[in-house]
Amino acid sequence: MKKFLLALLFVPLTAFASEGGVHLDTAPVNLNDYGSLQRGARIFTNYCLSCHSAAAMRYSRMEDIGLTKDQIKNNLMFATDQVGNTMTISMNPDNAKLWFGAPPPDLSVEARARTPDWLYTYLRSFYRDDSRPTGWNNTVFEKVGMPHVLWSLQGIQHLKEPAAGEHAESGAPEFTLVKPGKMSPAEYNAMVGDLVNYLTWMSEPAKTTRQELGIVVLLFLGVFFILAYYLKKEFWKDIH
Amino acid sequence: MSTMQKLVGWIDDRFPLTSNWKTHLSEYYAPKNFNFWYFFGSLALLVLVLQIVTGIFLTMNYKPDAALAFLSVEYIMRDVEWGWLIRYMHSTGASMFFVVVYLHMFRGLMYGSYRKPRELIWIFGMFLYLALMAEAFMGYLLPWGQMSYWGAQVIISLFGAIPVVGDALSTWIRGDYVVSDATLNRFFAFHVIALPLVLVGLVAAHIIALHEVGSNNPDGIEIKKHKDPVTHIPLDGIPFHPYYTVKDIMGVVVFLMVFTAILFFAPELGGWFLEPDNFIPANNLKTPEHIVPLWYFTPFYAILRAVPDKFLGVVAMGAAVVIMFFLPWLDRSKVKSIRYRGNLYKTILTMFIISFIGLGYLGTQAPTAVTTNIARVLSIIYFAFFLLMPWYTKMDKTKPEPERVTG
Repeated sequence: MKKFLLALLFVPLTAFASEGGVHLDTAPVNLNDYGSLQRGARIFTNYCLSCHSAAAMRYSRMEDIGLTKDQIKNNLMFATDQVGNTMTISMNPDNAKLWFGAPPPDLSVEARARTPDWLYTYLRSFYRDDSRPTGWNNTVFEKVGMPHVLWSLQGIQHLKEPAAGEHAESGAPEFTLVKPGKMSPAEYNAMVGDLVNYLTWMSEPAKTTRQELGIVVLLFLGVFFILAYYLKKEFWKDIH
Repeated sequence: MSTMQKLVGWIDDRFPLTSNWKTHLSEYYAPKNFNFWYFFGSLALLVLVLQIVTGIFLTMNYKPDAALAFLSVEYIMRDVEWGWLIRYMHSTGASMFFVVVYLHMFRGLMYGSYRKPRELIWIFGMFLYLALMAEAFMGYLLPWGQMSYWGAQVIISLFGAIPVVGDALSTWIRGDYVVSDATLNRFFAFHVIALPLVLVGLVAAHIIALHEVGSNNPDGIEIKKHKDPVTHIPLDGIPFHPYYTVKDIMGVVVFLMVFTAILFFAPELGGWFLEPDNFIPANNLKTPEHIVPLWYFTPFYAILRAVPDKFLGVVAMGAAVVIMFFLPWLDRSKVKSIRYRGNLYKTILTMFIISFIGLGYLGTQAPTAVTTNIARVLSIIYFAFFLLMPWYTKMDKTKPEPERVTG
């Protein structure tokens, strides 16, 4: 163990270099768009919140995005009837590990660990790959254990192999939609955008409060500085 | 006599209140020519208080338990009233402490504040710096994220490179064969009580030593050489209170503007203050692709990686810190302040600063053959600054110091 760790210090971490090469699209994050956040919450609780938990997140916190307790209870809660509970799941982590190779991560702060852009690109980059146990692979997260949960919405896409010579430099990998889903590509992108918006909000629900308060604090300090400046000037006028 | 005066008199008969107030504030004569660089001492004290106060509130809600720690931090961020503010103050404060301390140390380098008779102030300061590094390192384990965990794992395992006792030593530090709940608990104890006590004690020693000999100044000359014949007050000295208290308030406000701008608008500061990987709970089976300590350790981390031999790398890293203790005796220049030093010293100090910042940057990056060689060159410059100092400071063509401070 020790030798392995020490070795880590000295080997070039090539994996890091390649990670920088993944093309990421810009996620349409707008924490003030409650409609988008509410749609994202619906997708999240319907599609994600059976394998992924969000153990730091209370259902009741969704009041912050314009929902009432009753709306939350009636539309977004499937695993509990206490609106003050956190978003836990009943899937056993040992089983999950057996099924997916690794237990699906808790998503409470995933947007802060991965960045919204990563999530937005990742959720749109699943493609059919029969060599994988789940039948799915992903250009953002190669050999990912997660199957394409949203496939019925997006449809099935194949990865276009780049022609010889043109490689990843061109940026985004290209896909061909071989079987359309329930949504058009534009609708699917918008839906993933809402979901990522929600995940971003959930990773730090106090963010908008923080930014609003920050403006007040800086204005206060600005006024304080003027007073402090003249106070200093007054005291120091006889020092030469 | 007013009631207030009676009360103070009553206390003074039993406790040296007025005399201490005079010694340390109203009759502590500081040079009148302090410049921008002299704000960082009082700012370091401010950040220390901030860290202690926010730390107390965090301790009320944090759980030092491997199974609960990560979520308890998120609980603070979400469910504790103003918890997010307290936590961000503490995490921003940790990095800003090092910003302030590095600038404070640089001030000492520029104006020769470590020179006789201030050697002990410098040494207490160096112990403070060491204690602060230990405090920051142990505190960083507590959120129990991936970087907390693997950073601690890597740094503690460095002790394993010490011959004979290394393995036993690193196991003893962890209390386990890997970083675990036992490690988290003891780091918590060190972080919240043992090291803060050491820090507060050393700050007291640092300030008492300073007030014994008096402050240096940008001219690097002793204001006590020219005193008023009647009052014995240094001619270039002014009472710390009110002059420097009002001036420091101004510095505090500017500092707080920077501090709160980071805190409220970019608490992660693009990964420099809060690393993205630390939002993933610690997992002892999944090593992150890229383990980096936080920025304030990376110059030393880069020196460690620059040495091809593991044990010697650890030695070099330790030596890089320890060598700073000897600064007061390495510098043989006739003058203290950079204002009166020659171009030789100025060039070498500039190269030293470039090497320190360069190493700090390289320490955050995945090493390649080229960057490792750059890190080696920078490490040599880093050590040469200290080891060759007795010679180049003597050779340096200095200018004559003024008799009185120049403003």
